[in-house]
Amino acid sequence: MAVPSYATPLERVWHYAYVAICVAIFFFLIAPIIVIMPLSFNAEPYFTFTEKMLSFDPEGYSTRWYDSLLTFGMQAPDAARDMSWWADAWANAKWVKAAKNSIIIGVCSTIVATSLGTLAALGLSRPEMPFRRTIMAILISPMIVPLIITATGMFFFYSNPCELLTIFGLNPQCGKLAGSYLGVILAHATLGIPFVIITVTATLVGFDQSLNRAAASLGANPRVTFFRVTMPLILPGVVSGALFAFVTSFDEVVAVLFIAGPEQQTIPRQMWNGIREQISPAILAVATLLVIFSIALLTTVELLRRRSERIRGLSPQ
Amino acid sequence: MKTTLIMSTALAGIAFGASAQEVNVVSWGGAYEASQVEAYNKPFAEETGIKVNMIAADNPATPLRAQVEAGNVTGDVFDVEVSDAIRLCDEGALVEIDPDMLPAAPDGTAAADDFVDGALLDCAVANIVWGTVISYNTTKFTDNAPTSAVDFFDTETFPGKRGLPKNPKRTLYLALIADGVPAAEVYDVLGTDEGVQRAFDKLDTIKDDVVWWEAGAQPVQLLADGEVSMTTAYNGRIFDAMVGEGQPFEVIWDGQYMDLDMFVIPVDAPNPEAAMEYLKFATDTQRLADQAQYISYGPARKSSAELVGMYKDGKTEMAPHMPTSPENLESAVLDDPEFWADHAAELSERFNSWLASS
Amino acid sequence: MANTALDPHAAITTTASGVATQPLTTADGKPLVRALARSQSRARRKAFLLVLPLLAFIVITFVVPIGQMLQRSFHNDGFSANMPNISAWFAQTERGTQPDDAAWQALAADLQASAEARNIGVVGTRVNYDMPGTRSLFTSTGRKVRKGIEPPYRETLLEIDEEWADPQLWATMREVSTPYTANFYLASVDRTRDADGNIQQVDENQRVYLMLFWRTFWLSGLITALTFVLGFPIAHLLATLPMRKSNLLMILVLLPFWTSLLVRTTSWMVLLQQQGVINDILVWLGVIGGGQRLQMIYNQAGTIIAMTHILLPFMILPLYSVMRTINPSYVRAARSLGATSWTAFRRIYFPQTLPGLGAGAMLVFILAVGYYITPALVGGSSGQLISNMIAQHMTSTLNWSMAAALAALLLGAVLVLYWLYDRLVGVDNLKLG
Repeated sequence: MAVPSYATPLERVWHYAYVAICVAIFFFLIAPIIVIMPLSFNAEPYFTFTEKMLSFDPEGYSTRWYDSLLTFGMQAPDAARDMSWWADAWANAKWVKAAKNSIIIGVCSTIVATSLGTLAALGLSRPEMPFRRTIMAILISPMIVPLIITATGMFFFYSNPCELLTIFGLNPQCGKLAGSYLGVILAHATLGIPFVIITVTATLVGFDQSLNRAAASLGANPRVTFFRVTMPLILPGVVSGALFAFVTSFDEVVAVLFIAGPEQQTIPRQMWNGIREQISPAILAVATLLVIFSIALLTTVELLRRRSERIRGLSPQ
Repeated sequence: MKTTLIMSTALAGIAFGASAQEVNVVSWGGAYEASQVEAYNKPFAEETGIKVNMIAADNPATPLRAQVEAGNVTGDVFDVEVSDAIRLCDEGALVEIDPDMLPAAPDGTAAADDFVDGALLDCAVANIVWGTVISYNTTKFTDNAPTSAVDFFDTETFPGKRGLPKNPKRTLYLALIADGVPAAEVYDVLGTDEGVQRAFDKLDTIKDDVVWWEAGAQPVQLLADGEVSMTTAYNGRIFDAMVGEGQPFEVIWDGQYMDLDMFVIPVDAPNPEAAMEYLKFATDTQRLADQAQYISYGPARKSSAELVGMYKDGKTEMAPHMPTSPENLESAVLDDPEFWADHAAELSERFNSWLASS
Repeated sequence: MANTALDPHAAITTTASGVATQPLTTADGKPLVRALARSQSRARRKAFLLVLPLLAFIVITFVVPIGQMLQRSFHNDGFSANMPNISAWFAQTERGTQPDDAAWQALAADLQASAEARNIGVVGTRVNYDMPGTRSLFTSTGRKVRKGIEPPYRETLLEIDEEWADPQLWATMREVSTPYTANFYLASVDRTRDADGNIQQVDENQRVYLMLFWRTFWLSGLITALTFVLGFPIAHLLATLPMRKSNLLMILVLLPFWTSLLVRTTSWMVLLQQQGVINDILVWLGVIGGGQRLQMIYNQAGTIIAMTHILLPFMILPLYSVMRTINPSYVRAARSLGATSWTAFRRIYFPQTLPGLGAGAMLVFILAVGYYITPALVGGSSGQLISNMIAQHMTSTLNWSMAAALAALLLGAVLVLYWLYDRLVGVDNLKLG
């Protein structure tokens, strides 16, 4: 990216202007994510940098908002911080509960999405697959269809999943999925599936089908072939697809707004409440933790991607 | 068919797995919810062992209707306005409540005589009396403070953004009051097409300066952050910010809108017995008096009024902050639940169209 | 030859035998073509079986629910199911028939029964959708006739409210007396029917939906353009830097991509508020006075800024992956042949980036058209999109048929774009990170 030696002076000026523009755009991309971090340590309940913060006075900073994530919703937040205090926080604090829900729902929906999605991706990447393009388009559509439409559709369907069977003259009673963990898990699995399909099929593009045939000709049955040959090669793609599916669920709020009951409040749902009700720096503390969480996930995905490229010999490194 | 079978088995498992020892209460969030947690939920859980889950909504009547119509009721007790209680009862969405089941006052007065007028309906029991009031941030108006609804619409003399709720019920009346309609005639005027037009015309004059709010806690936040200089808000929320948090707010009682809040139970509530227990417990004399100790809303029982004294800080007299105080009632608009039960849908539609068109 | 008519493969073999006198066979003597076809259809079946569980899952939890929801846009039995007698009268008579005694009697009986069954609100709401301002007529009349109603019915009803004689009301009741209707679609393009059934525009103060659709598409286009302007230089820089450096800078693009949508929206609220960081900096720099703080949030500006930021990675990533494959020697060749750097960029480099640009632009546009959360939080009233209107009809006014009709139109638009995307880019070329 250095200026070539034959560049005219005008081109030199343009080159530096271009670099400056790029720096500005990178700043635009990243600044909003960085700015909330120091603000989450604000000692005052405001969203701006106070005088004390700007002069790096330790008094201007505090961890009170992080503390409030634990105490909010507790039975006895002011009690001595012994074992029973922590037990109380674990059982009753709203943010802790939301985190537990987010993880349970995220993990379960990821398992559903990844297992079904990987299986389907294997089928889709076989050259013999009929109607490949149409089916692929259908499977990816949950990512494209506006969330509000998906969520409203699910709202009615999950309220009474058996209503559909009345068309066939049946009238079974099967309760409802809305307001249950299963409902939210299924909804999030649906939303996560396109990401699994995309990443796993991308990994399979570079997959040499003759490896499978070689294994078969050497006497391996299909199961052994899958677990000993195919799986190790596509594993990085599957894991990063799973991570995408997990993040999708972990970040999803519209479907939760429509179909979750009071027991299934997730972190984004709690944030939605918080943003609309009282944007105290407590929200920024959650946001900071989530940013750290996404940095960890991003690192994992990047490492996996490089590993996958190395295994398949695609990387120039 | 196999999938269906597996699915229905799984669903049945979940339906039976639900625990009976809890009750879901849908209320308005924020400081009001906090007062209900202190005054009702904690003692209720202690006495009965039933766990209370609080769910916040901008207006609990909306999720209630949606839940009943979709056949997916998750809340047990909802805290709604009178007009919504009437309307929902008309639509068959609520269970009927017999006033004889409610606990009598300590002196033995039957509940039916102990509640204030209009506080007992076929399907609802009132808990509090509350007002929507204008409030301003005193740091914004240091030399010339606003005093009336007229000043609210005067952005020349009193510059700054205005906060208003995103619904017709708590905006149209204010526009009419500011346009010179006496409080007692608001509904006569609003009952005619010309009156409605007049209210919208008045709102048009400040439309570009309005920040719209939906949840009860939002206007307080907007006022504290300086996003608006003046806003309407539920009087208890402003009280909580002023007295509880020491915010530099002031209340204008001119043109306050006074209303009752009611507890209702939807048909097909998941925990109907616990819901009824909660409703009885939360509307007894002591509980209603207790809740006025945490937020400046008046109790709906006459027998509770005598028990109301100081704010929880032990030094603030509650009476001057109550919407029911005689001096605060002088130019109050009293809610007309029948009017809103009939006209809410039409006026909401008109209001939303007006709001969306720029 | 008798069985050739039944077996198409046999026909093929016969044709093939025109060249070779004997059809090709496998080792065990079966025709090769048939054996191949069989093994191929077995492979197809196998591949399909792998996809089937997921396809069934998506159809059941996604396609069917949306279809079921959209059905509400043309089916609403709020009136017909609860007012059977008058609906039957409408079915027997022709449009424009004056209500006779039988009609008034049927209406009175239905009103009374419906009020008693506590579903008069549903009936009134249904009529109100087609003729605003009539819900109260049904509920208030219902409250008066719940205990019973005496003949003469016409006079009694007119005494309760003269509006019962309104021909427009009768025309509307006729409209809603069948459960199937196209009126919600008419309403979503700001049209309605008059008393004679002619389609006309709604009153000026109620025309919102076309304007909202237009705003949604306009803002989405603007946001797409902005992401292009901001994304192009970045993608170019990343594509031309050495791998090691560009991988490092790529993190700055991917981090926002992986960060929660709500976190990013919250950050923008913090930054853009009147008392927020940007206004503070501007005041501190002396660019604006303390009293002239800019309104950058709770209006269109808020929606545009936050959505541009959130969707920017979706533009950068496809652009980058195309730019990586562009051979730099083309541009060098152009330069060595005397082209200025601008000409070389415009004529040689830029045309090669078009596939990436197309993919990014379509993806950003499709996603922007359906955005809900961000406009809801930072858009105020002028920054609301059509999704927010759907949400409002879903959760607040509870006009679900209207929500479904608007959703159907939005979905139609998105699917057309998606189809185009598939044709031009191919869904299997979608890449993440």
